[in-house]
Amino acid sequence: MHKLLTNQPGERMLLLGNEAIARGAIEAGVAFTSTYPGTPSSELSLNFFQISKESDLYFEYSTNEKVSVEVAAAAAACGVRSMAMMKHVGLNVAADALMTLAYVGVKGGMVILTADDPAMFSSQNEQDNRYYAKLSGLPMLEPSTVDEARAIVAYAFDLSEKLQEPVLLRTTTRINHSSGAVTLGDIRPRRTKGSFTKDPLNLVPVPVVARKLHVKLLQNLAKARELSEQSPYNIVEGRGRWGILCNGVSYNYVKDAVAELKIADQVTILRIGFSHPLPVRMIQNFLKGCEKVLVVEEGEPYLEESAKTYAQEAGLTLPIRGKAPDLFSQLYEYDPAMVRKHIAACFGLSYTAPAQVDLSDVPPLPQRPPTLCAGCSHRATYYEVRKAAEGLDTVFPSDIGCYTLGLLPPLSMADYLLCMGSSTGTVGGFSKACDRKVISFIGDSTFFHSGIPGLVNAVFNNHDLTLVILDNGITAMTGHQPNPAVDMAQLKLEGYGRVSIEAVVRAIGVPHVTVIKPYKVKKSIDAIKEAVAFKGVSVIISQELCVLYANSLKLPRRKPFHVSDKCRNHRDCMDHLACPAFYVWEGRIKIDANLCTGCALCAQICPENAILPVKDAAKKG
Amino acid sequence: MDTKRLVMVAVGGQGNLLASSVLGEAALLAGVPMRMSEIHGMAQRGGVVESALIFGDAQSPIISDGDADVLMGFEPAETLRALGKCNARSVVITNLAPLMPFTVNIGMGVYPDLKKLQEMIRAKTARLIAFNATTLAREAGNVLSVNMVLLGALTQTGVLPLTAEHVKAAMRRKTKAAFLDGNLKAFEMGVAAAQNS
Repeated sequence: MHKLLTNQPGERMLLLGNEAIARGAIEAGVAFTSTYPGTPSSELSLNFFQISKESDLYFEYSTNEKVSVEVAAAAAACGVRSMAMMKHVGLNVAADALMTLAYVGVKGGMVILTADDPAMFSSQNEQDNRYYAKLSGLPMLEPSTVDEARAIVAYAFDLSEKLQEPVLLRTTTRINHSSGAVTLGDIRPRRTKGSFTKDPLNLVPVPVVARKLHVKLLQNLAKARELSEQSPYNIVEGRGRWGILCNGVSYNYVKDAVAELKIADQVTILRIGFSHPLPVRMIQNFLKGCEKVLVVEEGEPYLEESAKTYAQEAGLTLPIRGKAPDLFSQLYEYDPAMVRKHIAACFGLSYTAPAQVDLSDVPPLPQRPPTLCAGCSHRATYYEVRKAAEGLDTVFPSDIGCYTLGLLPPLSMADYLLCMGSSTGTVGGFSKACDRKVISFIGDSTFFHSGIPGLVNAVFNNHDLTLVILDNGITAMTGHQPNPAVDMAQLKLEGYGRVSIEAVVRAIGVPHVTVIKPYKVKKSIDAIKEAVAFKGVSVIISQELCVLYANSLKLPRRKPFHVSDKCRNHRDCMDHLACPAFYVWEGRIKIDANLCTGCALCAQICPENAILPVKDAAKKG
Repeated sequence: MDTKRLVMVAVGGQGNLLASSVLGEAALLAGVPMRMSEIHGMAQRGGVVESALIFGDAQSPIISDGDADVLMGFEPAETLRALGKCNARSVVITNLAPLMPFTVNIGMGVYPDLKKLQEMIRAKTARLIAFNATTLAREAGNVLSVNMVLLGALTQTGVLPLTAEHVKAAMRRKTKAAFLDGNLKAFEMGVAAAQNS
């Protein structure tokens, strides 16, 4: 049995934040779950995927976040408790659905999880999604700890049903990817089937209906604000005259700082866990009791600006500080020492930070950026495109996935990137606005997510470009989730359809379509040359299974290679490919047989044909 | 309860996530409050994986520069890179087997000298335990048990409020049965290595 289905209330378990949220949803009787995977939310959906295989929980990997919100919204319209989860930028994709879903509302509880990523550990921006709550008018909840992340989910579902609208649950990476002890609660039975009652004058927002629904949304907002005033997730601690207003993971840094600075008697902490709509009276009462307030919140000054507004309305003039050159920044994530230092500075405490070791004599260390895996087929495709385009003045728009790592030398194959699916749009702009050959790259999952409209656009507007679809048979970057092109039979899963990328591309009317096998270097280069020479839209589909995924499927492994005596140390392999299986020993390139996957890319480009398969069964370097 | 903070750094694939999971389970068994956080989005792509483990009453799930009681590095250059987490009272444990970053191989950086690296860490911190954990893991029967060797060394220092029994009991629950004997052997070799260093 999946550990998150353990029906022993009171038992303590060490869980990852994402597991705790999944457990919270199971306890709340969630019956319908959907996602497009994105770090730091991915393990949450992985757990639902696993649980759905052994229970009547419905789970799907949707093609993108907007679709995941739409399917979950319809389930909730039938009275079924549903949850859609995504990373912060995923909510941008789902925003169109979200904004009007706020008007249309739900019947069964619906929770939309947005996992924000301050410091951008694995994201292209660090937008603060609390503003989506304000923009949509929907309630938002934010836990501070792993155990609270479990508990708050049931509260979110109840709140959603009370208000008949979806609730946004916002986490940050340090909640999703933290672990802590969690006390299991009762599991409420799942209701997997509901019923839909036709009610077009409330559910079909044509203008006359929408005008009425916006009134309802504002009424709901007022109701929600009263619930926020009473919420157990908005907490006041202490009775001191120094106020600290905080949220999310920052609350922990505040608690530790207050303990270490020994100022618990002087401080009042207001922790906001119900962050939209904010409890105005509660904040005003808090401000009234303080002579000075410091706001500790990662990201934008969301609480700070609200607190200043509420202070003005209450005629209060106390200093409220937060984001400032000498205090907190909107950049990156906070940490305990930073919060300790700023609390001390804000309230005039003398405080000396513990002496960190002196690093002035430490030599510059070589960087260790994440890189494409040994034997990754993207490396082969990149090499081949580079070769095929030799002599051409090129621009390489890229997209979001493992292959974005191709931006690093020696491959250096990414010139421009905005968001999921952007490569198929930006490539057209470059092709019109500059006189260079434009070749863009997109992965299989990203193509389905939001790459298709850009390609349709390119065909319709007759752009001159080459799009390379890197089809490695799985959504690799986020941990091998299925996508519509994946052969689900390989995963021993039944009941799925399968969409052929090639059929989609041809159906769009792309005039020049080629499928290549990137481990066949010469053939691939020839095919790419032809596609690149084509005037108009050409598409290359480069098909090869992700090596990590192939390993997880226990597919037969290829023999590793070694560098033989014929090597004349040209170093083309290292200089053009830099596969992580290479290492340098006494000035010569060697191949680590434990890392080599036998893709034979280097063997095919070696000018001396010096790289050969390891003959005997025993692996050696 | 006194708070003890452990920073673990490794290269993706070295098994530090399992090491943290064993320590988390050990804390649960010992009744020690524990929080940890990990950045592992790129773990399988050869990047650096850093874990923060906090034992005791503190609530924060991360560790600031200068706040670590113990720094444990699975790879020597990564240990040095994370040295800013330490103060003069910190204990540092490091594997001495280098994993060459590809940037060095393509001439974009120089790997630090291992002798100087140890001198530097020793001079700046309270105690350095440095040995080739990869060799010991191989001797224990599985080169992938570097994490268990290092857990042995960590337990020997006595800095964390966990006994060897807690950690071994957690290993029984968290590591695969087929590897348990080898892992326990690796753990004991780590204990011995720390005693002798």
